[in-house]
Amino acid sequence: MRARILALVPFAIAIGAYLVASHLRLADNPQDKVLPSLAQMAGAVQRMAFQPDPQSGDYVLWKDTWASLWRIALGVGSAAVLALLAGLNMGLRPVLKELFGSFLTFLSMVPPLAVLPILFITLGVDEVAKVALIFLGVFPVVARDMLLTVEKIPREQITKAITLGASRWAIVYRIVMPQVLPRLIDNIRLALGAAWLFLIAAEAIAATEGLGYRIFLVRRYLAMDVILPYVFWIVALGFSFDWGLRRLVAWRYGWYLVAAK
Amino acid sequence: MQHDASDAALHIEDLYKSYGPKLVLENVDLSTMEGTFCSVVGPSGCGKSTLFRLVLGEETPSKGLIYIQGEPVTGPGTDRGIVYQRYSLFPHLTVLDNVALGRNLRTPLAERWRDRKAIRDEAMAFLERVRLAEHAGKHPHELSGGMQQRVAIAQALVTKPKLLMMDEPFGALDPETREAMQLFILELWEEQRMTVFFVTHDMEEAVFLGTRVLVLSQHYTDDRGDDPSVKRGSRIIADYELPSAASSTKAKTSPEFLDLTQEIRRIGFSPEHLRHVADFNLRHPDSFQTLTALEKRP
Repeated sequence: MRARILALVPFAIAIGAYLVASHLRLADNPQDKVLPSLAQMAGAVQRMAFQPDPQSGDYVLWKDTWASLWRIALGVGSAAVLALLAGLNMGLRPVLKELFGSFLTFLSMVPPLAVLPILFITLGVDEVAKVALIFLGVFPVVARDMLLTVEKIPREQITKAITLGASRWAIVYRIVMPQVLPRLIDNIRLALGAAWLFLIAAEAIAATEGLGYRIFLVRRYLAMDVILPYVFWIVALGFSFDWGLRRLVAWRYGWYLVAAK
Repeated sequence: MQHDASDAALHIEDLYKSYGPKLVLENVDLSTMEGTFCSVVGPSGCGKSTLFRLVLGEETPSKGLIYIQGEPVTGPGTDRGIVYQRYSLFPHLTVLDNVALGRNLRTPLAERWRDRKAIRDEAMAFLERVRLAEHAGKHPHELSGGMQQRVAIAQALVTKPKLLMMDEPFGALDPETREAMQLFILELWEEQRMTVFFVTHDMEEAVFLGTRVLVLSQHYTDDRGDDPSVKRGSRIIADYELPSAASSTKAKTSPEFLDLTQEIRRIGFSPEHLRHVADFNLRHPDSFQTLTALEKRP
């Protein structure tokens, strides 16, 4: 109980400080846009989320959310699946590690934002380039961690599985994969932060919808009453994914949480 | 050669293993009939685990061959069941799934679905035999060390291996659990008469459990002399036949038991008493020894 109250203290201080500053600024100049009041932000949310846009007829916030989440899901999902396959196969087949190991290390050192122009030039300014940027930002890190995780599985277990009749296929997908899946989920949790960063960067440069696109669009009008709710919305989304994945591990992989201690 | 490799449960002849310049095993000869509880004991660093891995097929001999019921060992296979000190169980599977794994892995998918109840019942029967039926739904981390090893034994036995191999299986258990497990494995052996290859550094455990005790040691001498330049690897320096299994740990205090552990300690564990290869106590009827002309001059 005390821990929860203490955890709320910094939030309360930050919100209080903002409200005071906003109040003082607006008292000074009611037209000020930099620190909007709660009522102004609520108005913006009402406009963005619950009223159709007068020109396009869209509910802008939901359209942006859907577009952004779809990109994140594609980028992180494809990166996770391929990283799992790469880690499993490189970790269990030395020849594949010899073949791709150095390349993977090289890939993980490339700053994804530095190659963003290349992605836009080669893949066009549509969805593919944005998904590719998220993929490039997430895949190498997760793949390397999966490789390390697979390599940590004791050799005795593999031998044991063979004596119980496991084929090569069964060793990879029935013995090792189920044991590294919870670790993959942990990795996705950590990678989601990076994924949002790359998503917003890509949307800021070239997009027609998306949470990052909207923030950078309304920035031109100093529309802080829109930007701030959008930022909180992104935080809320990120927080709930993290929470959901953590619950998933606790629910499905109780043995993993104990073994990790 | 006195023994035919094809009728032995395990047959090892002229086995050598070296890592670079270090010779670990030298001219190991060993043959075991079916149904023997074979303990291999020796001082630490004598190469027990190396011998274990060679029989398992995880490593290949530098020289020599190993046969399981006449079939040469080329790698790990389903004819051998293993119980390790650790890592025998798969942490992500329930106790029941761990025990059923051997059957599941060998059954094609369609039949596995069709026979799922039979496979489950068989695994439950094995769990009952190791007295863990009520823990079937738990994961290994929820069990004590002794229970985990009992599951591991059931898991290895489900597939009816020709040879049950155990590497210090009770080494990580507290003394009380360890004794209980020793009695448990003896009881199981009395019931099933499986061939066991049991590696341990604890000579009391080896003598208590085995119907045959093999001492693997680097402490011996031969006709090559005692010059330090002569590098010797471990070999079997003693081989005892013992009356079949005791039923109580009281046997550990009998005079014969104490005499034998004393003798093993003296000949196998101490570099001060070196026996000549020609004078080894290889009393067991299945015992055989092939010496090179260098080791024993004709």
